[in-house]
Amino acid sequence: MTPADVVFLFLGAVTLGSAVLVVTTRQLVHAALWLVVTFGALAASYLLLTAEFVAWVQVLIYVGAVVVLLLFGIMLTRAPIGRSEGLDSANRPVAIAVAAATAALLVTVVVAGFREAYVELGDPPAGTSGQMGASIFRTWVLPFEVLSLLLLAALIGAIVLSRREIQPPGESSDERPTERPTGPGRG
Amino acid sequence: MDGYFGSYLVVALLAGLGVAVVGGAFTAGRLLRAQRPTPEKLITYECGVDPVGEGWAQSYVRYYVFAYLYVVFAVDAVFLFPWATVFAAPGYGAVTLVEMFVFLGIIAVGLLYAWKKGVLTWV
Amino acid sequence: MTTSLLAAPPATPLAAGEAPTLEAFGLDPWWLILAKAVLIFVFLMLMVLFEIWFERRFMARMQNRLGPNRVGPLGLLQPIADGLKLPLKEDLVPRGVDRPVFILAPALATMPAFLAFAIIPFGPTVSVFGHQTPLQLADLPVAVLFVLAMSSLGVYGIVLGGWASASPYSLLGGLRSSAQVISYEIGMGLSFVAVFLFAGSLSTSEIVASQERIWYAVVLFPSFVIYAITMVGEVNRIPFDLPEGEGELVGGFHTEYSSLKFGMFMLAEYVNMTTVSALAVTLFLGGWRAPWPISLVDGANAGWWPVLWFMIKLLLTISFFIWLRATLPRVRYDQLMKLGWKVLIPGALAWIMVVATIRVLRNEGISTQQVFFAVAIVLGIYIVASYLWDAVRGNRRDAEEQEATAAERAGAGDSTGGDPMAGGYPVPPLDAPHYHGRNSTSKEVNRA
Repeated sequence: MTPADVVFLFLGAVTLGSAVLVVTTRQLVHAALWLVVTFGALAASYLLLTAEFVAWVQVLIYVGAVVVLLLFGIMLTRAPIGRSEGLDSANRPVAIAVAAATAALLVTVVVAGFREAYVELGDPPAGTSGQMGASIFRTWVLPFEVLSLLLLAALIGAIVLSRREIQPPGESSDERPTERPTGPGRG
Repeated sequence: MDGYFGSYLVVALLAGLGVAVVGGAFTAGRLLRAQRPTPEKLITYECGVDPVGEGWAQSYVRYYVFAYLYVVFAVDAVFLFPWATVFAAPGYGAVTLVEMFVFLGIIAVGLLYAWKKGVLTWV
Repeated sequence: MTTSLLAAPPATPLAAGEAPTLEAFGLDPWWLILAKAVLIFVFLMLMVLFEIWFERRFMARMQNRLGPNRVGPLGLLQPIADGLKLPLKEDLVPRGVDRPVFILAPALATMPAFLAFAIIPFGPTVSVFGHQTPLQLADLPVAVLFVLAMSSLGVYGIVLGGWASASPYSLLGGLRSSAQVISYEIGMGLSFVAVFLFAGSLSTSEIVASQERIWYAVVLFPSFVIYAITMVGEVNRIPFDLPEGEGELVGGFHTEYSSLKFGMFMLAEYVNMTTVSALAVTLFLGGWRAPWPISLVDGANAGWWPVLWFMIKLLLTISFFIWLRATLPRVRYDQLMKLGWKVLIPGALAWIMVVATIRVLRNEGISTQQVFFAVAIVLGIYIVASYLWDAVRGNRRDAEEQEATAAERAGAGDSTGGDPMAGGYPVPPLDAPHYHGRNSTSKEVNRA
């Protein structure tokens, strides 16, 4: 085993372990933080496979944007400190079975698809931004354009869902959202 | 320490050094500073007045929408970077430009929609 | 703006005084790498100490004061005294906090700021004890993306610090601050795109190399302006220092922090300021290259001289931050978001498209003059149209606002408490009876 293999196995273990912690922790915000570890370890795996552009995009988008979005979403609610009781359900055995089945399916597909494939890693790296640009804008133009539609749909969806709150002052009379702390005696 | 892995090893070295410096500072601080907690000291400070009720505040859904816009535009920027690096190379030119125009145009529709709906105005 | 800028610099053999390319990295012996890494930390710590002193003295000068002048000559040792005092204070961790996250947050705020400095080039290839080495710790083909990723990690320090404190002011300050940082990070990322377009690379050493003839701050002036605004917003400095708006949020996300942990947040702020300034120098101000008249002198860009040019540019950029702080008032949060999302981001996108279109037209063989002529016409039309639009709409809106406030004043005049949200912004009820000590019952009501 080369040192790269050892590091790769280690990163895989970190990814798996933190992913398990995401679903088993009883603290809501901690689950989001374990997700950061999962994504970070995935990014490190990409880095190890010389896909450096994708790796830093993983950090920028998933760690830097998606999990922050999740945290903002959690903080819309109470974002409690400490254990939340509602984070577990009686469906645990079913969930474990489904997760195991999905994992088995994915592993089978990947192994069947790439059994003999071997990619030589190392210099020059295969994943710089120039190479990414070449493959996106020469080969994969259509998915790239479809992606913009996907982003548009997601954005409009988010705006529609949150729209009731966002009105110019004067139009919403039923309840004014307060940013001030609740309860008297503060400030 | 050369080539691709070498340069990332150097970055990892700097990260390790950073962890050591921060960890060292925390340890040194713990050893050096005074530590006499009293119940009054451990009350949440807030603004100096004794806190009432639980320490949380509801936040606007608006923050969530901005985080969402951030995700969309971060993805957008991430596609602009490789585009910018290959754009000037021979063999791309006008077609690639139009492709990016279409992409940005569709994203801009989203931004305009948000603008029209008043999402971008903080009231 | 010539095609020679486009061509990738040829892979040069290592020689003193030459601009290093990506190939020049990774040839150092281990002790040199370690020395560089340690030097980056030492440099940043010294810069932070210097910046604190410089900020206080420079701002005092602008305000006709003296500033700190007691500790050491010219007060130079003042930041060291402050820096020693802060960690030696008692560290109070309030009872309700989420302990691990509360401790993790300041570390998370500090670390990425340091890491981003790994790819800043201080100078060209120099000779250190007989080794030819570039004055830069590491260079990556995606170096600028690395900086952006690091700054997006820095958001965690803020949002987690605010959440873990279990205090409403901290939480709101953290959310506000992170919403600001992510908004301005987009503008920042978009302002880089035009630079990548010209340099054809994301690597900092190659971007500096491609500015041999002219700085990008000149060629891509709008990008530079957008970057200069977003970098101030990104590091939460005046006029965009809303997270620390004392009048409304106490200390913002670090209200509950004390001692060393508080110091870490302060350290992160100043290191971040250094990092974005260094990035401005690298991407837009020619990096370590000598400014124009000096660059004509033979040997100005060789050896150790470039470190001097780099430092001068860095200090001027930092002075810009301090100048802003001494000059401008704090903006309101809605103004901040409006600037970020309605001006900077659409502006940056439009500018990228303009640059790219000019590029294509030039490649198609249309002369620069024709292009500039067309662009000038389009810009002229746009400016006139937007001016007219603003004039028409502005008048109408002003009239509406005046009517609205007049109506509200008329409505609020007879009420006893006053409208706490008069005009859309929360204001204390100044005419409430208990302020004048007349009505004792309202005091009791207030206390209940």
